Amino acid sequence: MCALCGVLLTSHWAERESGRRQRVFRAQLLSRVLSHYGLELRDWGGRVYVLHDRKGGTAVVNDLGGLWTAAEALAGRPLDPLDPALVAELRGG
Amino acid sequence: MGERLPVVVFTGFLGSGKTTLLSRLLGRPELGEAAVIVNELGEVAIDHHLLRRVDERTVLLGNGCLCCTLRGDLADELRDLLSRRTRGEIPPFRRVLVETTGLADPVPVLNTVLTEPVVQHHFEPGAVIATVDALNADGQLDREEQTMKQVLVADRLVVTKTDVAERSAVDDLEERLHGLNPAADLLEASFGEADPELLLAPGNLDPRRLRLPVEPRHADVHPFVLFLDRPVDWTAFGIWLTMLLGGRGADVLRVKGLLNVGAPGPVVLNGVQHVVHPPEHLDAWPDDDRRSRIVFIARGIGKREVEESLAAFDAAARQA
Repeated sequence: MCALCGVLLTSHWAERESGRRQRVFRAQLLSRVLSHYGLELRDWGGRVYVLHDRKGGTAVVNDLGGLWTAAEALAGRPLDPLDPALVAELRGG
Repeated sequence: MGERLPVVVFTGFLGSGKTTLLSRLLGRPELGEAAVIVNELGEVAIDHHLLRRVDERTVLLGNGCLCCTLRGDLADELRDLLSRRTRGEIPPFRRVLVETTGLADPVPVLNTVLTEPVVQHHFEPGAVIATVDALNADGQLDREEQTMKQVLVADRLVVTKTDVAERSAVDDLEERLHGLNPAADLLEASFGEADPELLLAPGNLDPRRLRLPVEPRHADVHPFVLFLDRPVDWTAFGIWLTMLLGGRGADVLRVKGLLNVGAPGPVVLNGVQHVVHPPEHLDAWPDDDRRSRIVFIARGIGKREVEESLAAFDAAARQA
């Protein structure tokens, strides 16, 4: 448990066994996906992710479990990995 | 921390034989010491010294998602079993068997085991075993949403009453069950007898038993298997699957398989709606096939769009 905030710290299934390098890579890849929705993601101290929209809105999330709900709320629309426009953009390089 | 104890879930519609199966299992020495949690003391008496009864109590969390509810009753009971075991008041049981009511959704049980702050450190989800009555299942699958859900999320489907049903009817039912849930192992139990070893094995996909799904009779549910020839980037896969479950989790009933991430062994995947077991990285493959094999059971989601989307996320990881 985090002594400061009382939050129980358990790692998300997709982020277990991951070192600093992998976390940086994950944040890069997430940024790429989220840019499709006008969002920016920053890794804050290797502890949390901070999401920003273009209007100054922000959200802090602990892990991938909470990320998508927060990103959807900031983007104001559903985030769907099957969306053909997102798929085409990721393929486009 | 010691090894986590498996919590095996017994589900199945009313009268489908799950209590009979459970009571027969409790008489088998292969089971080892087990604690048993039931919801109702039914017509079939279960005589067991570690038997506990609970009233199903679900706690709906803020997001309103049904699969992410916590079973408060179960969490209390598991914590209590643990503390009494630690104090030496009860024998050191090796697993917990949970029998749900016939109308219960088994997914909140898994969610409770995986996410409750204390429980998750001492227990892990075992197999979900669903009993399916060979005499009545066809009609129940057509009418009862909960029976369908139990079949779709099961790791093991046990067809009961095979001793009284016509063989051809049993064969037809098994074909239908396979079409609905190709990721589940099918077992038969006449008079409630089934091999404990097969019944209680972990719920992971055994690729040697995987058969390709046949055309399902339930048009709404669409099971398919993805075969991927090339290794997949694990980070990209994690992002992709969490995003898919975040947006479409209610429609993704099962994701189960083995994933080649370029390591000597595969990663074992097992997810039910939003609830994903911690992926296990195996040291070696169970067979000679090195392809990723992922079974999806989904509503309104097609194989091609899943395949193309995953490939795009993987390609983005390779460009990064």
